Amino acid sequence: MESARKPLSVFKNLSAKIASVPMILTALVVFVGGTAWTVLHSFTGSRLLPKLKFVGFDQYERLWSTRRWLVSIENLAIYGVCSLILTLSIGFFLAALLDRKIRGEAVFRTIFLYPFALSFVVTGLAWQWILNPDFGIQNTVRSLGWQSFTFDPLNNPDIVIFGILIAGLWQGTGLIMVIMLAGLRGIDEDIWKATRVDGIPTWKTYIRVIIPMMRPVFITALVLIASGIIKLYDLVVAQTNGGPGIASEVPAKYVINYMFRAQNLGQGFAASTMMLVSVIIILVPWAYLEFGGKKRD
Amino acid sequence: MLYGTLLVVSLYYLLPLYVMVVTSLKGMPEIRLGNIFSPPVEVTLEPWVKAWAEACTGINCDGLSRGFWNSVQILIPSVILSIAVASVNGYALANWKFRGSELFFTILIIGAFIPYQTMLYPLVIILREIGLMGKLGGLVLVHTVFGMPILTLLFRNYFAAIPEELFKAARIDGAGFWGIYFRIMLPMSLPIFVVAIILQVTGIWNDFLFGVIYTKPDTYPMTVQLNNIVNSVQGIKEYNVNMAATLLTGLVPLIIYFVSGKLFVRGIAAGAVKG
Repeated sequence: MESARKPLSVFKNLSAKIASVPMILTALVVFVGGTAWTVLHSFTGSRLLPKLKFVGFDQYERLWSTRRWLVSIENLAIYGVCSLILTLSIGFFLAALLDRKIRGEAVFRTIFLYPFALSFVVTGLAWQWILNPDFGIQNTVRSLGWQSFTFDPLNNPDIVIFGILIAGLWQGTGLIMVIMLAGLRGIDEDIWKATRVDGIPTWKTYIRVIIPMMRPVFITALVLIASGIIKLYDLVVAQTNGGPGIASEVPAKYVINYMFRAQNLGQGFAASTMMLVSVIIILVPWAYLEFGGKKRD
Repeated sequence: MLYGTLLVVSLYYLLPLYVMVVTSLKGMPEIRLGNIFSPPVEVTLEPWVKAWAEACTGINCDGLSRGFWNSVQILIPSVILSIAVASVNGYALANWKFRGSELFFTILIIGAFIPYQTMLYPLVIILREIGLMGKLGGLVLVHTVFGMPILTLLFRNYFAAIPEELFKAARIDGAGFWGIYFRIMLPMSLPIFVVAIILQVTGIWNDFLFGVIYTKPDTYPMTVQLNNIVNSVQGIKEYNVNMAATLLTGLVPLIIYFVSGKLFVRGIAAGAVKG
């Protein structure tokens, strides 16, 4: 029976299979194939064109001894840690404020979220202008009489990454606020009543009861922010283009520069493979906690 | 206290928009003299006209209008194709599971987390092989590919929530894969299509990375052209024109955001929570 039916199984659901061809091609050719191709070619000495001339770990050795890459990694680490902590806390703080049954909630929500509709290019250019030392905040404060006031993050290599952070937070915190607000709305009214009866102060209720209850929401937000951080590219290109000098370079930009500008494909592949590795390092524990845990239930 | 905090925070969020608007309405002499927060003494629309029709990128001086129309031409087929493909994917995954379908879906979802950088060059090769590199069709394909994970997930979850009896009844009546899709699923799924459209229109309009890699200077989307205009090192910086250009580029997603309201929030929440 089984063997007689087998040749037909290919034709079972044939329409569905044909309709899924784009998905199958995307999954296998682009996602699996493309990634494998890039990783494989990161071990070659490809320059202008990809060539399978293997050079072992040469590209990686060169990568980790290039100052520009080290600066990129350092920037991403600073930006990442600050962005993670600040986005989570600002997002939660704003959501908690909006959840206090205030008037005009819709107006405030609209104001906090609208930057998220804008592209990183628009965000970067707007903040480039506001942080412009000759015309922006610095100049305005100086013209009010405080002559020695200095606030020029985009021109100061030491703090330029924080100038980008200000713009990034402006663009992204609204989204996290919305997610947190949805989480807060999902919390049973009875819990608030119970803590009120027990006389627990509001702030303590948030820290001791509400936040632990919102663990899944925080994890979602965390994954979301983290996957956004590693993509950091357009914002930097628009706001500083990596400058002053190389002070605000980031890994994504390093990859694009080596692949498409410097015609040093092997370096680009090695750098993008490092990005992939860092994503795996972040995601695997999360996936294990999320999905590994579910099986045990 | 509560409202005070909210107002101060609102200021931080509104400030850039305010500064962009007032800067774009001032003349250059006024910008050089005054501070960026003061409202324009003399309102002028000239920077907007210049940004739209005369601003230069390289040797082309026909303004952002070129990028705008390029973006429109990229946007419409990309949105249609990506949603068409993803909705069929979601439908097949929800109602017509076949051997391996879950595996492909899992790969797709994992793929959403892979940095684009590892797939950029292989796509260049693929597009070159099929003759679409640097062409509009190539970028449409790229948007379809990278929009697929999140959209497929969106549609799969939506279709999976539609009662199975409906599907079974249609099967008994002899309707096939496409018949059920077009006559039952599609008419029932307008809300999710609207959410998907909002998600894709803003996402594709705001794209910079794919535009800069997979198109040529004369087909650059608006975001790329905007960046080239504002960050060009040649000539005198015209901040008012730059801000008008920036606002023009942000206008499309902003309008969608303010018009769609709750649906936008639903779209990003669906895209975000599950992605």
